[in-house]
Amino acid sequence: MSGVSDYVQNIKETVSTIFEGMAITASHFMRKPYTVQYPDRMAVRVQDTLPFRYRGILEVDLEICTGCLACERLCPIDCITIVADKDPVTKQLLLSQFDIDIAKCMYCGLCSEPCPTGSIHHTTEFEGADYSLESLIRRFVKDPVIAYKPKKGPETDQRIAPILNRGMAYLDQWAIPGSDAEAKAAADKAAAETAAPGEPS
Amino acid sequence: MQTLIENLVNAGTFGKNASVVAAIVIFVLSAVVFLGVAFPFAGIVSWVERRVWARIQSRVGPNRVGPNGFLQWLADGVKHVCKEDIIPDDSDPTLFKTAPYLVVLAFVLPWAVMPFSSSLILADLNVGILYMTSVTALTVVGVLMAGWASNDKWSLIGGIRSAAQIVSYEIPAGLSIFPVVLMTGTLSMQGIIRAQGWAPQHWFLFANPFTFIAANILYISALAEGNRTPFDLPEAESELVAGFATEYSGMRYLFFFMAEWGNLFIIGAIITTLFLGGWQCPHITKNVVLMNVLQLIVFNVKVLALVFLSMWIRATLPRVRIDQLMLLCWKYFVPISFVDMIGTAVWVAIWPDGNAFMGYIMLAGAIVVAVLFIQRVIFYLRRSRMEMYFNPTI
Repeated sequence: MSGVSDYVQNIKETVSTIFEGMAITASHFMRKPYTVQYPDRMAVRVQDTLPFRYRGILEVDLEICTGCLACERLCPIDCITIVADKDPVTKQLLLSQFDIDIAKCMYCGLCSEPCPTGSIHHTTEFEGADYSLESLIRRFVKDPVIAYKPKKGPETDQRIAPILNRGMAYLDQWAIPGSDAEAKAAADKAAAETAAPGEPS
Repeated sequence: MQTLIENLVNAGTFGKNASVVAAIVIFVLSAVVFLGVAFPFAGIVSWVERRVWARIQSRVGPNRVGPNGFLQWLADGVKHVCKEDIIPDDSDPTLFKTAPYLVVLAFVLPWAVMPFSSSLILADLNVGILYMTSVTALTVVGVLMAGWASNDKWSLIGGIRSAAQIVSYEIPAGLSIFPVVLMTGTLSMQGIIRAQGWAPQHWFLFANPFTFIAANILYISALAEGNRTPFDLPEAESELVAGFATEYSGMRYLFFFMAEWGNLFIIGAIITTLFLGGWQCPHITKNVVLMNVLQLIVFNVKVLALVFLSMWIRATLPRVRIDQLMLLCWKYFVPISFVDMIGTAVWVAIWPDGNAFMGYIMLAGAIVVAVLFIQRVIFYLRRSRMEMYFNPTI
C-alpha cells in the first residue's frame, strides 16, 4: 500500500513544487533587472558620482602651477617630467614641458600633497584605455607659459581666482579629512564658478 | 488550399497542362511563404528566449543590435555563416554533412499540416496528427547520425541519450493523442479542431479530467522530444560539452539549434490543435477573408503563449538526471497515459456527445488554480519589497 501512496505523494510534490517555482520565476520576470548598463546607458555618469578626492587620472591646472618641481621630485616612479627655465630677458619662470605618463602612474597621490596651490590633482576620470602607450603621455604644455606667482593677499585675477579656490579646497580636504561636506560644497561652488568665469563671486 | 487549386484550374488560369503547372506553382509559392515564416520564427524565438531568461534572472539580455536587440538573431546568423565549416578528419563526411539537414527536415515537414485557419492549411491529410508525430520523430535519425558520424565520445553519448529519450517519450506522447482521437474519431488536424468550440469550456483540454492530464503529459513529452531544458541531456554542457553538436561549427551547428527553436512552434501547434481549440474563434463576421485572418491571429496567439510557457519552464527547472528522465517516462507517464486512454474510452461510452457540465467545472477549476498562482506571484513580489515592474524595452 505504501508504494501507491508514495507514487501519489511523488506526483503531488512534483506538481506543487513546480507550481511554487514557476510563481517565483514569474515574480522575477516582473522585477526590474539589476544590470547597470555601463558606460553608455546610465542616468548619471559614474565619474560624477565619485568623491571629490577620488584618485583618478592626474590633471594639471597650468594657470596656477608655480613651477616648484615638488611633484616631480616626490614621484616615486618618475612619471612626471617638468622643464622650467628662467627666461633670460624677462627673468620670469617659463614652463616649456609638463608631461605625465599615465601608463606609469600608480595613483599614489604623493604628487598632489606637496603642491602649494593644488595645481596638480587627481580627477574623477578613470577611463584611460587607449590604442598606444605614446598617447597615454599627457602633455599639458602646448606653448611655453609663465609660471604662476602666489600673491600676498587674495587672488584678484577673475580668471584665475576660481581655479585657485578649487585647488585650495582640494588641498584642504586632504589636510582636514573630516571636512568632507564643506570641501565638497566649496568644490561645487568653485566648479560652478569655473563654468561661468565672467560672473563676480 | 486544394479547393483553391481546383478553382484556378477550372477557370483555365494555367492553360493546357493545368493541373501539373497549378500544382507546381501553388506548392512552390506556399513553400516559400510557409518557410519564409518558419525560419525567421526560429531566429526571432532565439532572441525572445534570451530576453525572457535574462529578465527572469534579473539581467537585461541582448539589447544592442537594432531596436531593443531585435536584430540579434540576424547578427548571430551572419556570424555563423562566416565561421569556418570544420569537418573532422576521422569523421564519416557523408553522414556528418547530412545530419543537420535531416534535423531541419524534421522541423520543416510538419508545416505541411499546420492548421493556421479554416482554409489556410497546405494539406489537410486525413492522418494529419499521425503524420505530425512521425515526421517530428525524424529528428532522432539526424541526431543519432550526427553523434555517430562525429566519431567522438561526447557526440556519441549525446546522440544515444537523445535517441533513448526521443524514442521513450514517443510512447506517452502517442498515447496522449489517443483520448482526442477517441473523442473525435478522426486523425485530421482540421477535423479535430472542428470538433471543438471557441469557448474554453468546449476545448478538449477541459472536456474531462483525462484529457486535461493527457494535455499536460503531451506537452511535457513534446518538450522532452524537442530536447528542451528540463530534458536537454543530449546537449548537457556540464557533462557532454555540447552533446551531438560538439564537432559541428558554423552553419551546420546553427541548423541544430534553429530546428530546436523552430520545434517550439510545432510543439505549441500540436497542443493548440488537439486541446486548445486550434483556430476556433467566434463568428463575428461573414467576410471569409476577415474570418481567416481572425482565426490566424487566434491560432498564433495560443501557440505563442505555449512557446512563452516553454521558455518560462526552461528558466525555472533544473536539468534532470538520465535515470530521473527514464523514471519519469516509464513509471509515471506511460501508466498514466494508459489510464487516460481507458478513462476517456469509458467516458465516451457513457457520454458519446461529451459532458457539457464537466467543461464548466473544469474551467472553473482552472480559473481557481490561475488565481491561486497569481496570488503566489504577488506574494513573492511583495516579499521582495519591490514595485511590480514590467517594461520589456529596457
